[in-house]
Amino acid sequence: MWLMKAMNNSAALEKRKTIENPLKRKKGFEYYIKRDFLLYLMLCIPVAYIVLFKYAPMYGIQIAFKDYNIFQGAGKSPWNDFATFKQIFSSLQFYQVVRNTLVLNGLDLIVGFPAPILLALLINELIWTKFKKVSQTILYLPHFLSWVIIGGIVAQLLSPTGMINSLITHMGGEPLPFLTNKYAWVATYAFIGVWQNAGWGTILYLAAMTGIDRQLYEAADVDGSGRLGKIWYVTLPGIRPTIVILLILQLGNIMAINFDRPFNVQNNLVMDFGDVISTYVYRVGIQSANFSVGAAVGLFQSVICLIFLLTSNFISRKLGDNGIW
Amino acid sequence: MSLRLKNRIVDYSLAFIVLIAVFVCLAPFLYILSQSLSSNRAIVSQAVTIYPIDFNIEAYKVVFGDSGMLYSLFYTVVLAVVFVFIALTVTILSAYPLTKKRLKGRNFLLLVMLFTMYFSGGLIPDYLNVKNLNLLNTPWALILPGMMSVYYMIILKSFFQNLPDSLEEAAYLDGCNDLQILLKIVLPLSKPALATISLLYAVFRWNYFQDALFYITDQDLYTIQLKLYNVINVSQQMAGENINVNLPSEALKAASIMFGTVPILLAYPWLQRYFVSGIMIGSVKG
Repeated sequence: MWLMKAMNNSAALEKRKTIENPLKRKKGFEYYIKRDFLLYLMLCIPVAYIVLFKYAPMYGIQIAFKDYNIFQGAGKSPWNDFATFKQIFSSLQFYQVVRNTLVLNGLDLIVGFPAPILLALLINELIWTKFKKVSQTILYLPHFLSWVIIGGIVAQLLSPTGMINSLITHMGGEPLPFLTNKYAWVATYAFIGVWQNAGWGTILYLAAMTGIDRQLYEAADVDGSGRLGKIWYVTLPGIRPTIVILLILQLGNIMAINFDRPFNVQNNLVMDFGDVISTYVYRVGIQSANFSVGAAVGLFQSVICLIFLLTSNFISRKLGDNGIW
Repeated sequence: MSLRLKNRIVDYSLAFIVLIAVFVCLAPFLYILSQSLSSNRAIVSQAVTIYPIDFNIEAYKVVFGDSGMLYSLFYTVVLAVVFVFIALTVTILSAYPLTKKRLKGRNFLLLVMLFTMYFSGGLIPDYLNVKNLNLLNTPWALILPGMMSVYYMIILKSFFQNLPDSLEEAAYLDGCNDLQILLKIVLPLSKPALATISLLYAVFRWNYFQDALFYITDQDLYTIQLKLYNVINVSQQMAGENINVNLPSEALKAASIMFGTVPILLAYPWLQRYFVSGIMIGSVKG
């Protein structure tokens, strides 16, 4: 009896395996729907979501090429012969926000990118496990705060009467215009990025460091290299693939900028340098209800982002063999 | 001996540098905390640094006495719970079928979903879409547009794929259909991944500010972030327009910031652990 059952079972398994091989026999569409009915049913909700909230807005991109009229909707508004694009490409403010986006992201790349690497190298050298654990836990904390809260903290801390400036004046110095001078503000913006992300950014590097073969360090000991030598010749080469991949991915995002961070850190005095694409689109598109202009600027950004991202992904896949992805 | 001594000195100096980094991380919180517990007079005279002066809890009495603030907090918690529940369900419903190589159209669907990670309509088309769906000024505007992250879906999918096939095959032979396999075999085995994804969604919903600013103008539907934004920035906006408006004191602002930070701090031990495991799962296969 049990033998029959086992044979039946193995026959059923065999049948399923052959089904899984589509080359064996061409089957009708209904056949697959029937066989995997439950799976398709599950997919209905996510697919509906993607269509309704991801692809439907893409249909709305056409308002960038139209004189958008709320009452006629995106489809029926008249085309305007690229008038919106001519308008934005001839406006100085557009170039200013594109420049600011590139400058702030570039600064994040120069200052914000190496910071977690240095911090990870430092943490990796610590010999007291308990101390290491506790510091890591604290260093991760800023990553979990919202930009509204960070913006509030920054405003309190760095204002002309904030803690840092009080300390400076107590020691006999002049208060620094961290938030009120536009050049100083750019540096502040970059430092806030380091403060928020340096600790969190160490995770991938530290993981890569634990993967380095211990024997390499022993060999370096035999060769008589000191601590710096070991960092330079063993640790850094060990995490190089991680560094390269993360660098490429960040380069791919050079035109992308989120909204929460610049919006919560900027103020009216530094808009020359602080206004970026996302905040500009918000002010022009939503606050002034100039939907076509907002959509056109957004489309310009999306297209450039797409090109950068595809290129960077292509490169990182080419390097994939020694990368982490 | 001298080499050992030298090493010791290096160890202590490295620890000292890390200690400074830790202090830089914490000092802003200490400052805000001591501001919130100090008198306004002490703050204005710039005497407050990292410990309170003229210790008092007046500011917290005002914050907790403000029903709007407590309401926002409670509302955002409920919103986040509903959001996590919906987002997790949709993510599972998408990730599980897409692990099945035999599924016809799987690659096409994956491509359709992955494409949205690279290209999107942009802020304005998104806004008009939410508007056309009549979701403006409803809690759904903060739930539906973000109810599945394709990135988290891919993370969950690769986790599902790493489960041993034999378990599913055995369940299939026992007569389970795909839904039963998902509910009885796959999900119970995936609890750590599900916990990670839930927390990622929860923190996203708790901290995200942009959609509330764009889609919500009704004060009763303000999330905690939008509420905080208004408390923190109200003095700058109103000072020019109306002198008679009751400006929030610095201590009050600081207490509000702490009020918005504490829920994250309470959840922090779990958040940290699961987020670290999330970043590791995500980096194994992107």
